Amino acid sequence: MKRMLAGVLAGGLAGATGAQAEMLRIDWLERQVVPPPVLSNMQAEPATLGLDGARLSLADIATTGKFTGQEYRLVETVVPPEADFLPAARAALADGARVLVVRAPAADLLALADLPEARGALIFNTDAPDEALRGTDCRANVLHTLPSYAMRTDALAQFIVTKRWTHLAMIEGTLPEDRAYAAALRASLTKFGLSLAAEKTWDFDANMRRAAAAEVPLFTQDLPEHDLLLVADEPGDFARYVAYNTWLPRPLAGSEGAKPVGWAGVVEQNGAAQLQNRFRDLAGREMSADDYAAWVAIAAIGEAATRTKATDAATLRGYLLSDKARIGGFLGRPLGFRDWDGQLRQPIPIVTERAVVAQAPFEGFLHATNELDTLGPDRPETQCTAFGGAK
Amino acid sequence: MIRTLLLTTLLASPALADEIWVTNEMDDTLSVIDVDTLAVTATYPIGERPRGVTFSKDFKYLYVCASDSNAVQVIDPDTGTVLHDLPSGDDPEQFVLAPDDRLLYIANENDAVTTVVDTQTRKVVAQIDVGVEPEGMGISPDGKVQVTTSETTNMAHWIDTQTHKIIANSLVDSRPRHAEFSPDGSELWVSSEIGGTVAVFDAATQVEKGKISFAIKGVRAEKIQPVGMLFSPDATKVFVALGPANHIAVVDAKTLTVERYILVGRRVWHMAFSPDQTRLFTTNGVSGDVTVIDVASLEPVATIKVGRFPWGAAARQTP
Repeated sequence: MKRMLAGVLAGGLAGATGAQAEMLRIDWLERQVVPPPVLSNMQAEPATLGLDGARLSLADIATTGKFTGQEYRLVETVVPPEADFLPAARAALADGARVLVVRAPAADLLALADLPEARGALIFNTDAPDEALRGTDCRANVLHTLPSYAMRTDALAQFIVTKRWTHLAMIEGTLPEDRAYAAALRASLTKFGLSLAAEKTWDFDANMRRAAAAEVPLFTQDLPEHDLLLVADEPGDFARYVAYNTWLPRPLAGSEGAKPVGWAGVVEQNGAAQLQNRFRDLAGREMSADDYAAWVAIAAIGEAATRTKATDAATLRGYLLSDKARIGGFLGRPLGFRDWDGQLRQPIPIVTERAVVAQAPFEGFLHATNELDTLGPDRPETQCTAFGGAK
Repeated sequence: MIRTLLLTTLLASPALADEIWVTNEMDDTLSVIDVDTLAVTATYPIGERPRGVTFSKDFKYLYVCASDSNAVQVIDPDTGTVLHDLPSGDDPEQFVLAPDDRLLYIANENDAVTTVVDTQTRKVVAQIDVGVEPEGMGISPDGKVQVTTSETTNMAHWIDTQTHKIIANSLVDSRPRHAEFSPDGSELWVSSEIGGTVAVFDAATQVEKGKISFAIKGVRAEKIQPVGMLFSPDATKVFVALGPANHIAVVDAKTLTVERYILVGRRVWHMAFSPDQTRLFTTNGVSGDVTVIDVASLEPVATIKVGRFPWGAAARQTP
C-alpha cells in the first residue's frame, strides 16, 4: 500500500549548487471511492487517476532538484473504499508527512485538515470541487488545485455571454454532484446577467442506451425556445444520450458538449503538448483534470521550494500565497494562489471531445488586479475567513 | 533543346534579393520573403512542426528543426529541397549553430537533453542531460560556452563546449524560452515567458547583473511574455518579442531600460534582421503573419501574410 518513489536521479552532475541536498517529502494521500453507477458501460475510471499526475510532476521537479541540489520523494498512501481514511492519514502524519497532496472527498479532506497533528501542515485538495471548502468550510492549511464548481461555471457563463446566447434552458440530474453543479451554474448565470428560461430534472430510470431516441425528444419538447441547453450531470450518466436527441436541434454545454474543465487531453497550446506527451508516455492515457490538479500541486511545491530554498510547510505556503508566485502551468498565464481562500487561480479551457473551443477568462471581463479572478469567488465576496478574511 | 532552355531559365533566375525564411509550425512549410518587395516568393513543404531555423555561414544550407519528424532537416535554399536529415534526438525544438559553422547544439524538448551534432559527419557528438523541456539555445561568440535553458526547470545551463559538461546552472524566472549572448560575449540574456522578465548575466562569472520587467499601457501584465530576443547590429539595443502582448520591446543594452514598445501581430515569437540590417522581421504566430519594422525609425512598415503559426525566422544574404 505504501510505496516510495525516490525523486533523486543520478547525482554527480557538475554544477549542482547545493553542497548538502535537502529532502522534501511529499505525501500522496488518496481515499478511493466507488463511483456512482452510470448508464454507459464503456467508461472505466483509471485506477491511478490523479496519482499519475503526481508521479509525473515529482519526476519533473526532481530533475530540477538535480541542478538546485534539492531532493524530493513521493510517499504514496492509497486507502481502499472499505477501509477507514483517518487512521491512514494519522499514520502518514505520525510518519512525518508535512506536505500532502490529497485525493479525497470533502468530508475526508476536512477531517484530515482538522486533525491536531495536521496543524501547520500544507494540504493540497486535488479532488473536491465543493464551494464550501473554499468558503464557509475553508481551512488555513488547505490549498486547492482543482477548480471549484463556481470557477468552471463562471467560465462557461462568460463564454455564453461572449456568444450572445441569451435564451437558456437546463436539465439537471438528481445526484448531489448534479445539484451542486446546477446550483453553481445558476449562480454564475446570475453573476453575468443571464437567466434560465426553463429547468427540468432528469429522473428517468429507463435504459437510455436503448430509449434515448424515443424519450429525449419528448422530454425536451416542452422546453421554451432556447439557444443552448445546459446539462448538469457530473458523473457522466445521462447527458451523453441527450446530445442530438433533443426536440430542437441545440448545442449542449455544462457536463456534456462544451465543458468547462480544469484540464483535458485536448489542451495543447502554450507548450501543453509537451506535458501531454510526457503524461501519455508515463500513464498510457489522456491527462484528465484530476491528473492535472495533482500535477500542478506538486509543480507549485517544487516552484516554492526552488525559489525559497526551503522545505518547511510554512515557508512554502507563504510563498505560494504571495504575489511572487508565478507558476507555469501550460495554460498561457502565470498561475498563483488566492490569498483569501487558498484556491489556485487558473484559466479554464472549454472543451469538446476533440478540441478546446475557447479558454476563459474572456476578453472584456475586466478585473482590478487579475482577470483570472473573474472566475470563482473574488476577494470581496469570499465567505472564507481562515486566511485572514478579505483585505 | 527544351531541357537546355529550361535549365538556362532556372540557372538564370537565382534569388537576387536578400530573403527572410520563416518556419510555419502548423503548416509544415517554409515561407520565403523577398526583402526588397516584401512578397512571399516561395513556399516549400518540409517536415512536421518546423520551428528553429538557421543558415550556415555561407548561406548554402538551411537547417530546420522539424520537431514532430524528430529530425533536423538540411535544405538547399536555392531549390527549397530537403538534402538530408541530421540525427537530432527526439523532438528538436530550437538549436544554435556554433561559430565554427560545424556543430549544431539542439534542444530535445521531450527528452531533457541537449544533443550536439556534427553537420559534416552527420553524427551525434554528445548528449548532455539538462532540465525539463530544454528550449532556449545560445552560444558565446568564441564558441566556448553553450547555454541551454529549460522551460520547466527554470534554469540556464552553462555547458563547456570542450568537455560537454555543465559548468554552472542559473535559476531564472518561470519558463525561460530564449538565451542570447551579447555580440562581444560579455553578457548572456535569458527571457522568461511566464515570469515576464529578462535576466542579464555576466557571462564570465554567471552572476545575474540585472533584470528587466515590462509594462505596456492597456496590456495586462500576465499577457507580457518575453520570448525571442535579438541584439541590434550595433549592440546598443536588444529587441525582445513579448508573445501575446503583441509588442516588441526595445531595450537599451547598457541601462537595461525599455525605450519603446512596437506594436506587431498577434503572439510574436522570434525575429530576424534583413542582411543589410535596416529592417526587422517578426514572426507573429496567432495572426499568421510577419511584421516588418524599420530599424532606423522603429516603426512597423508592413505586414506580410505567411503560413499558419510562423515561429522561426532566418535571413539569407544573396550574392
